[in-house]
Amino acid sequence: MSAALEVQQLNLSFGALPVTRDVNLALEKGARRALIGPNGAGKTTLINLITGALKPHSGRVLLDGDDITANSQAERARRGLARTFQINQLFRGLTVLENVAMAISERDGYTANLWRAVGTKRVILDETLEHLDSLRLVDDALKLVRELPYGRQRLVEIAIALAQKPRVLLLDEPAAGVPSSESHLILDVVAALDPDIAVLIIEHDMDVVFRFAKEITVLVRGAVFTEGTPDEIRGNAQVREVYLGEAGTQGGRHG
Amino acid sequence: MTEKVAAAQTARDRAAEFLISRHRFRWPEALPWLLAFAAFFLFPDRMTFGSQVLIAVMFALSLDLILGYAGIVTLGHAAFFGVGAYTVGLGAAKLGWTEPISGLLAAAIIAAIVGFISGWFLLRYRGLTLLMLTLATAIMLQEAGNLRSDISGGYDGLPGLEFKRLLGMFDYDLYGHVYFLYVLAVLAVVFFIVRRIVYSPFGQALTGIRENVRRMHAIGAPVHRHLVIAYTIAAAIAGVAGALFTQTNAYVTLTVFDFDNSARVMVMLILGGTGRLYGAFAGAVVYMVLEDYFSKLSPTFWQFGIGLLLVLAVLFARRGILGLLEQAWHRRSKS
Repeated sequence: MSAALEVQQLNLSFGALPVTRDVNLALEKGARRALIGPNGAGKTTLINLITGALKPHSGRVLLDGDDITANSQAERARRGLARTFQINQLFRGLTVLENVAMAISERDGYTANLWRAVGTKRVILDETLEHLDSLRLVDDALKLVRELPYGRQRLVEIAIALAQKPRVLLLDEPAAGVPSSESHLILDVVAALDPDIAVLIIEHDMDVVFRFAKEITVLVRGAVFTEGTPDEIRGNAQVREVYLGEAGTQGGRHG
Repeated sequence: MTEKVAAAQTARDRAAEFLISRHRFRWPEALPWLLAFAAFFLFPDRMTFGSQVLIAVMFALSLDLILGYAGIVTLGHAAFFGVGAYTVGLGAAKLGWTEPISGLLAAAIIAAIVGFISGWFLLRYRGLTLLMLTLATAIMLQEAGNLRSDISGGYDGLPGLEFKRLLGMFDYDLYGHVYFLYVLAVLAVVFFIVRRIVYSPFGQALTGIRENVRRMHAIGAPVHRHLVIAYTIAAAIAGVAGALFTQTNAYVTLTVFDFDNSARVMVMLILGGTGRLYGAFAGAVVYMVLEDYFSKLSPTFWQFGIGLLLVLAVLFARRGILGLLEQAWHRRSKS
């Protein structure tokens, strides 16, 4: 059986600067993989290459064994590849309800309907509310997204991705910008994700990474530095040198 | 357990009620139509002008669908108005096709085709690039007409067009009463269609594109297809407005493609308020009436008045006349 998501020999440069170098990566069904690396290692770029927001100069991206390198972002999304953004990308002027319903309507091709009134299709409403319920967003359903605190907006970000019913989910720092008093809400959601979904998470908080991930890929200057289980990564002296140690001092400096 | 089911049902009912209440008919919505009828009886000798106002409303409404809802910025919307205007103009002058209602349908179809083809190419772009390309489309059509002035009549136009009696029954009177009611009826049909569309799942998707196109791509939305469909519909409606313009004036010249015409409809819509349907009504009526008033007041400097109005709108009513009304309403209901 082929992997849920596979990346083969992916390369991309911005001008003379190589940002992704010969990256290989495979996520089995139900994978829990963390992607870590120092700032500027090309983690978000890799996500953009996988989702099709950026096109690689060479290499392939496969979803369930099918080559999707030439497919658009939207086609990839319809094939079951969902993502969240490091910086919120939401319909800020719409309600939470509409944000999530949008994903469901597009997933089911319901937006091709120019005549039926919004809100009269029960299955869409029911499913939207189910998603909101599982993320404890029901009480905010009728509020505009821009009126929510940032932490709750981050939950909407995840709710939209989950409403796409993805087989592969890419989470780009889901708790970024959220005060630590609230971040546990988001991390609980991440921990409780459907075990069938293959998840790739970019995360800076090492506690989260070691708790959540079953496999870790370390990216340094656009290339895969090493990969392994959390224990292997923790015990790897080189990783500590290039990343963990650095992150520690960084944390000290910022904190 | 039953409590949980009940809670879920209330949540769903509340959500459904919330969404449906937005597009339920409200009594204030009857106001523009009542005002139109009132104008019909109050200003019987200004009905020719009244028809032009209603045509401007329709034109602005078509722009609202793409600018206000989908966020497509265009400075070439006159292209479709012009195509519609020339469809019935040439039909009457060259082919003897003078039946008015089938003329409107023909104008809608031809304008839709032009909208579909140009939209297919243009709507891959956004922002300034798109702005320039839409502008270029209208200019190219105008120049094509100029090149073949033997057909289009050039800037002298096609004068003295005659159309068959409406429904084979109603003759056109000197004061334009029949035309006013005719345009009003067509506007009502067009408005009903646009209203259905903006409150449909498709209309919701257009709003999504306006709000955040990156997210729309990420959730798998066929953004380009949505935009082309909306653009095509808006082109068809602008074409109908153009066709009515030719029919009510009994002439058409290449000035229908003017940049002025594209810019004017955008100013009307922004003045009235974008993305709220009735902004097209408020903006077109206020703009046309003031233009009429100022140009009589001072035939040389009337544009100063319009300019001043725009400055005031930009300073104090960024969301247009309807935005101001909304604000006032919220303040009242809060206090």
